Parts: sequence; structure tokens; C-alpha cells
Amino acid sequence: MRITPDEVRQIATLARLSFTEEELTELTQHFDTILTYVDKLGELQTDSVEPTAHAVAVSAPLRDDVVTNTPNAAQTDALLANAPSRKTHFFRVPKIIE
Amino acid sequence: MPYESVIGLEVHAQLLTESKIFCGCSTRFGASPNQHTCPVCLGLPGVLPVLNKKVVDFALRAALATHCTVAPTSRWARKNYFYPDLPKGYQISMYELPIAEHGYVEVADQGQAKKVRLTRIHMEEDAGKSIHDAEAGASLVDLNRTGVPLLEIVSEPDIRSAAEAGHYLRSLRALLQYIEVCDGNMEEGSLRCDANVSIRPQGSAELCTRTEIKNLNSFRAVEKAIEHEIQRQSEVVETGDRVVQETRLWDADREVTRPMRSKEFAHDYRYFPDPDLLPLVVDQAWVEHVRAELPELPAARRARFIHDYGLPAYDAEVLTARKDVADYFEASVRACPAAPKVVSNWVMDSVLRFVKEEKLDTALKIETWPCSPEHLGMLIGLIQDGTISTTIAKTVYEEMRQTGHPPEEIIEAKGLRQVSDTDTLQAAITEVLTANPDKVEAYRGGKEKLLGFFVGQVMRATQGKANPQMVNTLLRQKLSQ
Repeated sequence: MRITPDEVRQIATLARLSFTEEELTELTQHFDTILTYVDKLGELQTDSVEPTAHAVAVSAPLRDDVVTNTPNAAQTDALLANAPSRKTHFFRVPKIIE
Repeated sequence: MPYESVIGLEVHAQLLTESKIFCGCSTRFGASPNQHTCPVCLGLPGVLPVLNKKVVDFALRAALATHCTVAPTSRWARKNYFYPDLPKGYQISMYELPIAEHGYVEVADQGQAKKVRLTRIHMEEDAGKSIHDAEAGASLVDLNRTGVPLLEIVSEPDIRSAAEAGHYLRSLRALLQYIEVCDGNMEEGSLRCDANVSIRPQGSAELCTRTEIKNLNSFRAVEKAIEHEIQRQSEVVETGDRVVQETRLWDADREVTRPMRSKEFAHDYRYFPDPDLLPLVVDQAWVEHVRAELPELPAARRARFIHDYGLPAYDAEVLTARKDVADYFEASVRACPAAPKVVSNWVMDSVLRFVKEEKLDTALKIETWPCSPEHLGMLIGLIQDGTISTTIAKTVYEEMRQTGHPPEEIIEAKGLRQVSDTDTLQAAITEVLTANPDKVEAYRGGKEKLLGFFVGQVMRATQGKANPQMVNTLLRQKLSQ
């Protein structure tokens, strides 16, 4: 095995996900299959190959420093409408610190 | 055992762009909550970030000003963690391939120059702001700041004391202000600092366990917190314990650092290249274009002030700490080229004191000065040629500050021209001596301290306009007759 159930549990915790023990066993197997598959790449001689930063070989398009979103109450309201809870124009979340 | 401290600073500088790093929302401070947000900076599904070119320009300016090597290709990474002020669940930052590396900042400390090396500079987006005390059981989140561009500037552990950390931070701030990429306001959070601190036996080269201190939002906090942390670590080691690697928060009210609870800070960020953004390619032409537009930097200007104007290192350091102050000084000197040191004294004493008292220097550029630099230069010229005394000059300066009128006009209107005419001065002296025969007697009997009293009386009789050197000479002559 290339990964332990504890490592999967740790990743799940960091991702705020929770699983039953059976799911965890199943996921660990999935992870292992994926890692074994990716390990195949390690068998290739890649010393003379430039690392690929992105699948498309072009550089980033850029935009000019111009404000294009004019603030308006309707848009702010529409964006806040997605939130489970709000107070005036704030997002409202469970207390972060005591 | 004597210890030495090993300190590195991580500085976050908010960039002075009009719009955010990856979307067209405004970066303006002080808008009503969540007004400057859009689907891109809120991380709604189906949107794509597009990089603001100005952010790269500013990063390049900072990279060149700190002698960094610019990477021809750099790459965006996702730094993953959950916090309510981070709507996407990750921050777009740079990880393995930052835009700039291996630079240094020249730190001025009372004439001593020291180089603090930089590990790297990279671009990233800011998070939002939470308000914790508005409501019991809830925090309120304002995402206006989400996506405002930041530079993260990481130093090597080259700093050896809390005071030196302060000097480094001031030098770096001055540099960022010079190149006009950041306003440097620590209280408002546009310049933020975390410190990595460890101690080791004096002279040793090993790197010991370090702690990271957060929540340093003033120069004072940076210096105090590091000082406290060095002390704390020394005590831990002295009692035979080990320093634990952890993140600590500075409590400015109690002046202590305390460990951050593990929940407040996830150490495993699981960085990976951001698939939404292509690699950033910066060619040599772009770098050279930015280089050509850089202003004269503080270290070079400091050296020039010492060399060209004959200023002491201290003066040069104070005057070049801000670009606008250095510009003001040079404009004053142009109006009074014969006495740069006197101009320096006036700028440091009268002008800068007023600027500080009135808090005119909290913005990137000082917009309001007590008087124009040309008028200040003219005023000093009038002291130099004997038209007015230094004491009268203070009065004229006050008047200039209040009315904005040129010094000569004020001197003429108020009749403040210095009296250097021997006959007029003799007459005033005779009057004073005649009115105080007992004191004249005492002076001649050996109480020479009374000379000051006579000078004062003559100055009073002439409303302060008498030439003080001449009054002194004439009084001595008269009294020894």
C-alpha cells in the first residue's frame, strides 16, 4: 500500500470531510490505485524534459488595471442571497474565535 | 550562556492598484461591506481569474529595487485552508516558482549599512475581514479585501536583534513607498509582518527550532514581540526545556506572545499548481521597461546626500526615509544652495515635527506641507545674508505656515528686518544701561553673567530685531569702557 488509512483520514480532516470506516477502507484502496497508476510515470526517463506547468503551452493573458465592476446594491444583494445567513450587508458565520 | 537571536521577517504589502488581482472589483478601502465583490473574488462556480498586469509591474519594481533575480517563468499555486474570510477555500499564491528570488535590502542604521538578504518575493491575493465582536455567537464577514493584490517578501534569517528587525522593516517600507507600490500603513494593515524567531549559542552557525509570531501591526509591536520572544526562548532553554516549533500570537495589551491554538492555523496547506491560471512569462523587455522607470532608491540617494550636500549620515538617513521628504529637502536646497546643512536642520526640526504632529505623513504622499519648500529655502537664505536672525526666522516661519505668504513679504509687512545699524543699536544699548545702573555696577564688579540680561533687554527694546552678534560685541565694548 502506498497510503495508510491514517493519511486518508488526515486528508479528509483537512478537507472537512467525514466518512464511515467502510468508506475509509474503500477510499484508501482508491487512493492506492491512483497512486500506483501515477507511480508509472516515475519509470520514465524525464531528465531532459522541461516540467509542464500547464497542459496548454501559452502564457497567461493579462488585463489592464481598470475597475470594471461598479458596485451596486442589487448585485451585492444577489451575491449575499447565496449565503446561509447574513446581517445587513455582511455574511454571517458561526463565531470564529471566542 | 550568551545567546544570539536569529530572525527572519515575512512581510505582506498591499499593492496600490485600482482593481483587484484577478477581477475588476475596486480595491478602495472603506466601502460598505461586500460592495466590492463579484463572482470571481467570491469564488463562485464557473468563473476564471484573469491576472492584473499592474500587479506584475509592481512585483517587478519591488524585485528590481531589492536586487532580486526575476524568474522568466513563474507559476500560480493554490494554498488550501478553510477560514470564513477565504471564500474559495484556497488562496491563489505562488509556491515553487515565485516571480523573484535572491535579493537584498540595504538597511540603514545610523550610518551603518547592513544587507539583509531576501529569499523570495511573490504575488498573492488577500483574504477578507472578519468582525468578531459585533454579535454574540456569530462573526460577520466582509469580503471587500478578498482578492486585493499582495506581495509577500520573505527575508533570510539575517536579522540579529529586535531593533535590527525594526530597522529592516523601516528600510523595506521606505523602499516600497519610494517605488510607489504600497502606502506602508501598518495600522491600517496595508503592510503586515510575521516574524520567525530562534536563538542559538553566540557564534554558533546552527539553526535552532523557531517560532513564528503573528499579529504584529505596528513597528513597536514588531520590536516588542521579538524582544519578548527572545527572552521567553532564552528562559525555556535556561531551564533545560526545548523550544517548540509553533505559531504564536502577539498580545499587544499584555505585551506577551501566546501560542495560537492548532485549530486557528492549519500547517498542511497542500499547495498545488492552480489549473485556472497559466504560467506567468516575463521577458527581458518587460523587466528592462520597469527598470527604466524606477526612481532613485533610498540607499543611492542617502549616499548622494552625504557626498553632494555634505550632510551627516544621520541627516541623510532621516531625509531619505521618505521620497517626498527627500524631494522637499532638495527643492528647498535649490532655493538656498549655499547652506544645505541649515536647510536640513529646518526640515528635520520645524517641518517634519509639524508634519508628524499633524499626522500629515500617514498617506503615501504628504499632500499638505507647513510651507512650500521654495519659501523655506528663501527664509533660510534671509538668515544667511543677515536680513533676519534665527529667532525672528521662527516667527516668520510660523506666519508662513499660517498664511502661505513668502517670507520677504511677511518681513516687510511686519517690519521684522534685522537691525544691524550700529547707531540704532548703540542708542538702544545706552538706554538699557542707563536704566539699570546697579546691574552695570555689578557687571563691572565681576558678575559677567549679567551680559545675558543686557542682551535680552536690548533684544526686547528692539522687538527681537537686533542683530544678536552685534549686540553682544557692542555691549562688551560699552561695558568695558
